[in-house]
Amino acid sequence: MTAVTLTVNGTERSLEVEPRTLLVHALRDDLGLTGTNVGCDSSSCGACTVLVDGQSAKSCTMFAVQANDADITTIEGVADADGTLHPMQQAFHEHHALQCGYCTPGMVMAAISLVEEYPGLDEGGVRHGLEGNLCRCTGYQNIVDAVLAAAGSGGD
Amino acid sequence: MIPAAFDYEVAESADHAISLLGEHGDDAKLLAGGHSLIPMMRYRLATPSVLVDVGRLDDLRYIRTGNGTVSIGALTRHSELEHSAALAEACPMLASVAALVGDPAVRHRGTLGGTIAHADPASDLPAAVLALGGTIVAQGPGGSREIAATDFFTGYFESVLADDEMITEVRVPAGSGGWNYQKFNRRAQDWAIVGVAVAGGGSGVSLVNMGSTPIRASGVEAALAGGASAAEAAAAAADGLDPPDDLNADAEYRSHLARVLTERALNAAGVA
Repeated sequence: MTAVTLTVNGTERSLEVEPRTLLVHALRDDLGLTGTNVGCDSSSCGACTVLVDGQSAKSCTMFAVQANDADITTIEGVADADGTLHPMQQAFHEHHALQCGYCTPGMVMAAISLVEEYPGLDEGGVRHGLEGNLCRCTGYQNIVDAVLAAAGSGGD
Repeated sequence: MIPAAFDYEVAESADHAISLLGEHGDDAKLLAGGHSLIPMMRYRLATPSVLVDVGRLDDLRYIRTGNGTVSIGALTRHSELEHSAALAEACPMLASVAALVGDPAVRHRGTLGGTIAHADPASDLPAAVLALGGTIVAQGPGGSREIAATDFFTGYFESVLADDEMITEVRVPAGSGGWNYQKFNRRAQDWAIVGVAVAGGGSGVSLVNMGSTPIRASGVEAALAGGASAAEAAAAAADGLDPPDDLNADAEYRSHLARVLTERALNAAGVA
């Protein structure tokens, strides 16, 4: 077992993991943060997207040991403490950018990173930028609308 | 889809990584961004007994320009290549191709040295470095050596890198010349079914997924050097090659794509 210290949603967490433990399993099974979903298990679908040091990453394709000393943000950590939704969450809510909801946590995390990385996104840029996040309900239109709305409002 | 168990070592420097590789033998693998290696480990196509994590070697994350050369640290991430103003000026082709790899989350983790060491014939950046006439700098126990990209790749996921060597730097000539990259795929974020990289106004042409390695289209280059038009040269794109058959495309279709995409890439690179 290897000792790992992660700052998860602003709180330092220490845990003991096998080196082969994937970050998504450490978050879900060791820390109980089950908002991050496991989808394809092969870095294609983006359901497990979290922020690692502020940038989107697929937590199924990263060992927890690689995240030692890193700053991790999951879907549980984006709303304010008083429950005020993150602007991206609010935009998803207002645009009904979810159907079954399974892809939504990863989609929100990827979108937060996307609007930060690519200022001035247009529709094509959003579609291209979210190509690594799959919605099997095919609810893309409202997702794109939501991300564009959040990007227009600063998206942070 | 859980990888086989392995021991994990964190390298403090390139020298340390190389000594760990020497200590653990050929069952040890370097871990950089992990975006090729970890999926292979999850499918148990790779079962290294030791992973040496070089992903924390921040002194190997840089893009330096000078004396007509762009020198890029091996641990530089694809997203850093994509967004580097210095690279956009000195070697726009490499910055542009980096932006086509995978998706943003993949580009945040994947590294240039990692993708070259992985030597996947379907990857974008190895072919770009090949077309640009790049050089790979590899460090081993006896010091560093420079390997021309044309001599680097030897087969599917294989290169001339020794078990105890690691890539520390990738160099490409400054100025891409007339360049273009054509990536043909059917699904977003996928690997190219066929890709074509043109650099230097056609002096460097390379192909993605047209054989067991990223490969120079030497027939195209020779035809252009002999005065052929882009259309004439592109007709030779698949000559002598043995492209793979898979569920995306058979060899005949890949050869067709190579010819069509080469002509498009040459035209877009300013070759008539």
